Amino acid sequence: MKTAIVQYNAGNICSVINALRRIGVEPIVTSNPEEIMSVDRVIFPGQGEAATTIAHLKRSGLDRVIKELRQPVLGICIGQQLLCEHSDEGDTLCLNVFEGSRVQKFVAPEGVNLKVPHMGWNTIENTSSPLFKDLAPDSYVYFVHSFYAPVCEWTIAETNYGGIPFSAAMRRDNFFATQFHPEKSGEVGEQILKNFMEI
Amino acid sequence: MLAKRIIPCLDVKDGRTVKGTNFVNLREAGDPVELGKAYSLQGADELVFLDITATHEGRKTFTEMVSRVAAEVSIPFTVGGGINELSDIDKMLGAGADKVSINSAALRRPELIDEIARNFGSQVCVTAIDARLEDDGEWWCYVNGGRIRTERRLFEWAREVADRGAGEILFTSMNHDGVKTGFANEALALLSDNLPIPIIASGGAGAKEHFADAFRIGHADAALAASVFHFGEIPIPELKTYLRGEGIPVR
Repeated sequence: MKTAIVQYNAGNICSVINALRRIGVEPIVTSNPEEIMSVDRVIFPGQGEAATTIAHLKRSGLDRVIKELRQPVLGICIGQQLLCEHSDEGDTLCLNVFEGSRVQKFVAPEGVNLKVPHMGWNTIENTSSPLFKDLAPDSYVYFVHSFYAPVCEWTIAETNYGGIPFSAAMRRDNFFATQFHPEKSGEVGEQILKNFMEI
Repeated sequence: MLAKRIIPCLDVKDGRTVKGTNFVNLREAGDPVELGKAYSLQGADELVFLDITATHEGRKTFTEMVSRVAAEVSIPFTVGGGINELSDIDKMLGAGADKVSINSAALRRPELIDEIARNFGSQVCVTAIDARLEDDGEWWCYVNGGRIRTERRLFEWAREVADRGAGEILFTSMNHDGVKTGFANEALALLSDNLPIPIIASGGAGAKEHFADAFRIGHADAALAASVFHFGEIPIPELKTYLRGEGIPVR
């Protein structure tokens, strides 16, 4: 099975490559549209800022390529946010795969010192997807983010931070996405990546 | 619920860990990669590797070690020691580190924090602060591994560190470090309650109760220790079970 990691200006993809290798997958790293369209699995990773990453995707035409993919796609972190409709980060229009989902920044409720970014291990709840096959309930995964997609019709796993429930993972048709980093989430993360390869 | 993190810290010299490793039978007891993997399997939430090598050759070995850790360990890890400029950080992130810890370099040139945040994101920048409570009742910051006192006070420096865009503060109380009577919980609580970024407690762990206190009294987001883990005095699975029993959220 051929797996491609979409290469664009969105930070460090080294840990995604390492994690895939640990589960026996040797990915190709590419920004070539034809190559991306031809593989069996596409991983759309990322760290970074929404406005600059989306501008880069648009310039290279990758925005349309990604939207039209038919094989299973996994967005990670900013990858999930870019698949939403809009992000408050830089007031950015995103790819709108997860129609109607608007990404916003964590704001502390009155009287709470909510640390932002949300950083560390948190539980995923109400999971409903083959992506979470063979996981114990309330498994812990690793998050680092300041913006989130609220719970909506595309949500397939929820996490709560400081009383704010948000989409830890989303799905629409062949598009899957996680706000957390499966590549940094120990055995649980490796199981999620294996599940994605088997979908 | 967001878990409180337990972080073992490994000192590395010329590519080998320098403290004891009695807690588990490893074929290569001094190999930081094997040790990191063992801690990860035991339930450590993150790892910190500190390069205490002084030589140029040793630095190269450390970078190679970082690549091996990144390939084999599936939890986040921070590297520190001798990080002075953006090119050092670029090298460490390129080798696969998730975060970089800076200490003396930030006190000497605070703009380094802004530059890291701007170039790589705040989440990459862990700023370590070594401070000592002096007879005048003030906490003073130190550089060069605690050898040189600066003119900066802990709380004002920590505020500046957060304002400049650091992602986390790793606070080591020099009064408590190595004494094994618990963390500096009062100072920790002041930092944690007043700053908008996570605080990692360091210095003083000697018993499981000390970790519970760092979280409950010190409001720390994470706790770091070295010898109690390396010498097997507190096995991480046992620590996690204890903390869970105390009602503290842990993974």
